[in-house]
Amino acid sequence: MLENEDIQHILLTRTPALTGRYEFLSFRNAAGGRAWLSAIREKAQSAAEVMASVEKDKRWVTVAFTWNGLRALGVDERSLATFPEEFKQGMVARAEMLGDTGENHPDNWVGGLASPDLHAIAILFARDAAERARCLTEHDKLVAQCEGVETLSGLDLEATPPFDYAHDHFGYRDRLSQPVIEGTGEVPTPGTGAPLKPGEFILGYPDEDGPPANLPQPEILSRNGSYMAYRHLQEHVGRFRDFLREHGKTREEQELIAAKLMGRWRSGAPLTLAPEKDDPALGADLQRNNDFNYKEMDPHGYAVPLGSHMRRMNPRDTAANMNRRRMIRRGATYGPHLPEDAPEDGVERGIAAFVICGSLIRQFEFAQNVWTNDRNFHELGNERDPIIGAQDGTLEYKIPKRPIRKKITGLPAFTTVRGGAYFFLPGIKALRYLATLDEVH
Amino acid sequence: MSDTQQGDWTKPAAMAIPKGGFFKEKVEQGRYGPIFPKSPACYGFTIIAKIIPGREEAFYEHARNIEKAVAGQPDVLAVLKLHYLRWVLFPIKGETYFMYQGIFDTDFDKYTEDAVALFGATGLKTVFENLEGFPADWKTNPSAFVKFVRDHQCPSFLEYGEYPFVSADEIKKALKLKAAFSNMLDQMQ
Repeated sequence: MLENEDIQHILLTRTPALTGRYEFLSFRNAAGGRAWLSAIREKAQSAAEVMASVEKDKRWVTVAFTWNGLRALGVDERSLATFPEEFKQGMVARAEMLGDTGENHPDNWVGGLASPDLHAIAILFARDAAERARCLTEHDKLVAQCEGVETLSGLDLEATPPFDYAHDHFGYRDRLSQPVIEGTGEVPTPGTGAPLKPGEFILGYPDEDGPPANLPQPEILSRNGSYMAYRHLQEHVGRFRDFLREHGKTREEQELIAAKLMGRWRSGAPLTLAPEKDDPALGADLQRNNDFNYKEMDPHGYAVPLGSHMRRMNPRDTAANMNRRRMIRRGATYGPHLPEDAPEDGVERGIAAFVICGSLIRQFEFAQNVWTNDRNFHELGNERDPIIGAQDGTLEYKIPKRPIRKKITGLPAFTTVRGGAYFFLPGIKALRYLATLDEVH
Repeated sequence: MSDTQQGDWTKPAAMAIPKGGFFKEKVEQGRYGPIFPKSPACYGFTIIAKIIPGREEAFYEHARNIEKAVAGQPDVLAVLKLHYLRWVLFPIKGETYFMYQGIFDTDFDKYTEDAVALFGATGLKTVFENLEGFPADWKTNPSAFVKFVRDHQCPSFLEYGEYPFVSADEIKKALKLKAAFSNMLDQMQ
């Protein structure tokens, strides 16, 4: 039922990429933008293609556009007006509501991402550094051939060692909890929940509330498309490790503090199932590491603190209408690994990721505004997400514990938003439609 | 983001609110637009709209339905973080108007989609669909729903709290604690 041959692969597949590159582009004129798109769309693989050939492929390309970018390509005003308001406004205009204030404010963003001239992103995932270099050279050549197309900036992606499992620079195992889409044939791991209607993530299909509604027009442009919220998050690894040392005398105590911030041990083992001691085998076992709830297993947060990152990002059975709030995450880490015993080196490192969803306002913005940054989430009073929340040193973090909870005041910011944008991820046919807009008219 | 004001609950407080309902120097933005400020009487709204002539009975029927729904599932409205709801029908020059007043612990903007979903699940829609100008596509168009609510919102110019800024959850916790103490004292007899 899913039209896998018309859906860009990033939406439905994970690729075995260890490196990659994001290229952020601006189109000075529509003809140049369309020339670039005409060439690169040949390289952008569908989900069907990647599913068939992922083992032998060396690189995977995705293309997406901001609302300004669609206009720059020549999409007419009538069509542009049919896109949702939050996408039209863009992430910069939504900054205050998203919590992108202070250090996180778009005024401080890098790479031209806060500029209205940001029109497109080319996402390259590559199997190795040599393939990335080859692709980048090819892409530079293409950009040089397309008059009026300018590269605003680029970001090199690097997996962090050890490479046998995905994790961020803080050391937390990643990719543990992803929704499953009905029709993909994928079997949800225990605790993930039933497969969700495709419209929650892919435009043109029924969603959890019923048939598709209010889709951007014309249909060929929106069908099999989606929205991506891009977040470029710097991780302050030195500061994070200092914090753990400050709040834990022994290695074990430090690991427990790290686990209490996240809700999982850095191995991935959830505190609901391993409350006292890490269990790396559990952390690595997809059949077990997501199989828990909160309402019955941990209503007061004695295992997973109520304000922890994991509990905020997916409150499971303690929030209403969860099926309408789920998101697909894709992306990678960037910057060099900071060895465990090395002091902070001042080099930027972090996560550059996409949240993919059918509605930015209902899914991504809700998560950001309510789950991440509502100080009173779960009646906590004066907290935000300890990992990605807007922290300015005035907030606290409470760790429930009998007889008396532990309260950490003046929580530092472990991450800083360095950029972001809202992109529309067109389907494969829509890419062709956009590339040939001059013929359409 | 909600700004929890850790006021002194023992000290009753009143807040005069400027015309239009916002303090211009600190208007907080929500996903669907500016958020009305929190007062000593928490967050809330007062929606006043004209009903479609001849539809009064639908409102009374709805009241009976909501009574049944809450009795059957007491936490049916929990997501709205409510203190109180009041529903009033009243006449102006021979026409019937509806007033819907709610007091919440969170700004309405945060849980808009949850409220829209509740409308469908509890039959609350039967009331709003009998109001003039309510958008026919409310179920799939939260923005249109929000616009109707905002267009018909009559902001307070004064709000008062006898125990200001206290949440329903805090009140319930205090009552549970009181019950627990009472139980403990019983056991000591």
